[in-house]
Amino acid sequence: MSVVQGIGLGERRQSGGTPPPEPGRSGRRRATPYLLLLPGIAWLVVFFAVPIVTLFSTSTQTRPDGAEIGVYRQTFRLANYVDSLSEYAVVFGRSFLYALIATLAALLISYPLAYAIAFKAGRWRNVLLVLVVAPFFVSFLLRTVAWKQILADEAWVADALRFLHVLGPQDHIINSAPAVVIGITYNFLPFMILPIYASLERVDPRLIEAAGDLYANGLTALRRVTVPLSMPGIVAGTLLTFIPAAGDYINSALLGNRDTTMVGNVIDARFLRVVDYPTAAVLSVTLMVSILVLVGIYIRRAGTEELV
Amino acid sequence: MDSPADETSGGRDLRLDRVTKRFGEFLAVDALSLTIPSGSFFALLGPSGCGKTTTLRMVAGLEEPTEGSIHIGEEDVTFAKPYKRPVNTVFQSYALFPHLDIFENVAFGLRRRGSKEVKALVEGALELVELGQLARRKPAQLSGGQQQRVALARAIVNEPAVLLLDEPLGALDLKLRRQMQIELKHIQTEVGLTFVHVTHDQEEAMTMADTIAVMNGGRIEQQGSPGDLYESPSTTFVANFLGQSNLVRAAVAGTAGEDLLLDVHGQRLAMPAARRRSGEVDLLIGVRPEKIRLAPAGEVQSGDAENVVPGGVVTDASFTGVSTQYLVRMPWGQELMVFAQNTGGGVVAPGTTVDLRWDPVHTFGLDGSGDERAGVQHDEGVEPVPVG
Repeated sequence: MSVVQGIGLGERRQSGGTPPPEPGRSGRRRATPYLLLLPGIAWLVVFFAVPIVTLFSTSTQTRPDGAEIGVYRQTFRLANYVDSLSEYAVVFGRSFLYALIATLAALLISYPLAYAIAFKAGRWRNVLLVLVVAPFFVSFLLRTVAWKQILADEAWVADALRFLHVLGPQDHIINSAPAVVIGITYNFLPFMILPIYASLERVDPRLIEAAGDLYANGLTALRRVTVPLSMPGIVAGTLLTFIPAAGDYINSALLGNRDTTMVGNVIDARFLRVVDYPTAAVLSVTLMVSILVLVGIYIRRAGTEELV
Repeated sequence: MDSPADETSGGRDLRLDRVTKRFGEFLAVDALSLTIPSGSFFALLGPSGCGKTTTLRMVAGLEEPTEGSIHIGEEDVTFAKPYKRPVNTVFQSYALFPHLDIFENVAFGLRRRGSKEVKALVEGALELVELGQLARRKPAQLSGGQQQRVALARAIVNEPAVLLLDEPLGALDLKLRRQMQIELKHIQTEVGLTFVHVTHDQEEAMTMADTIAVMNGGRIEQQGSPGDLYESPSTTFVANFLGQSNLVRAAVAGTAGEDLLLDVHGQRLAMPAARRRSGEVDLLIGVRPEKIRLAPAGEVQSGDAENVVPGGVVTDASFTGVSTQYLVRMPWGQELMVFAQNTGGGVVAPGTTVDLRWDPVHTFGLDGSGDERAGVQHDEGVEPVPVG
């Protein structure tokens, strides 16, 4: 009640144009922005801070002797990390490798596409942008299942590759590492295209003309002017692709095999099927921290501190 | 003789031969032929949409001519890529690279061509435009005038055969523009490159250029030195666009020696026969406002052969300090303009009846079928928006 009154007073005071309020009341006015932040802060505390703390705390728990499945006690056992990481180091490496390849592939596909939409599409620009976003109207899961069909042994892609002798008669694309990477690349493509498009669209075409005027051929103008000016979009796009790709488990589950298991699959299995909460928590914490470190290094190297 | 591979500017004229550019149905440039001698300061002057910027972009290689050819020296560059031409441009918007500092902006062209002495050349160019101390700033940290100089340095440093300037001073305020006009002219003399300057500002063109081509509707109306164009315009458009003119309808009534006798609303006037630009009997004769003298009505003829038109009534007198600008209503209803320099004689009050007097040699005769309002600039005080 007093809070509401305080805000009301402050507003009336402002509109009245009276001299600055005495210290006691200005304190209440200074509190107003923080009060407005309250819902957001509450949200973050309940859905971010508390779960993070829970996750960290779970990661050092152990199962007491003779306890039921799924019952864990806090014993601050940091050796949990050593145990889990030595077991899943390969899976971590694989996750980051797949995410990296998929991010690079998405970048190679997205940049020319975004460039064409920004500079060459003319009145088709908006149509093309809608087409880029259109896959989002179908659920992530369904789209990945569709890729299962496309890459299946009896589908035309496999037929064509066999015809070209790229694929042996007994080989498959489906349930393989390339299939997983293809799936990840496809699924995160819009997250790469849109930020790159947004930054290319802001590049003044006259700068590209000026580069041509100053003896830069098309490729040099691209390398020296267009790409540097679209760097914020490239950084944003690669982050938006790499971060979720490293934690993804659906593509591996649907398009891969036992040897393409990613961290996400292990976390999923440990949490929900084995009910081994500490190991799952250890893997989650490690994934989070390593992504933060990698992204930190990347942003520093890319020289776009203004992005964060 | 220059070989096409020669990268220096010595002796390489820019030659446009019947260059035409159409955008769909719109004819932007109409069979334009032009030779710009190496080392000259050439201005393409015209109102918005006259085709001057399109002409410039074709020389730069940013547009392809629909017809015609463009040569630099002996080299045909009509369809050459921009980066293969010995041409650099100072863009209207400057188009400085925002991600590079001033030094790297200026060095851009040199680095592309693999110059061995980038540092010395860039420092020299920045010295020339007096920006040496700002080499490590980014373009966004510079004022408009400074950015303009960087754009100039970035083009000049490459020593192109032809330097194109596309309304380079359009974005500057009036005072800075006057200062830059003088500086540009100075720099051009110093570096000796061919400058082709596109502008809609006649004063800018007159201040800087050796030769001006006045463009209108995709064609060149007249080309010549600023003095020639001003004193002897050949069309009503040039007469009105370059300075101001009093154009009066007249009929040729005969000749007297070197002079042409004219009938102007019943008055017998004379002009040099050599200044007649049309063989027709009906002419539009022109006199610049500062050539006319306001004389008291009925002043006794002093014997010299002045053109005299009596019966004018002063309707407006604007004192500007240096001069007074009068509007005088003539017996046939037309208002003529007279600029009288302030030599201490005082201002003639509106309502006074006066005679207009001028030396016949200051009269020029244009084709009587021309539009006497063509090229008249409205809203003199308002800066026109610089559009292509």
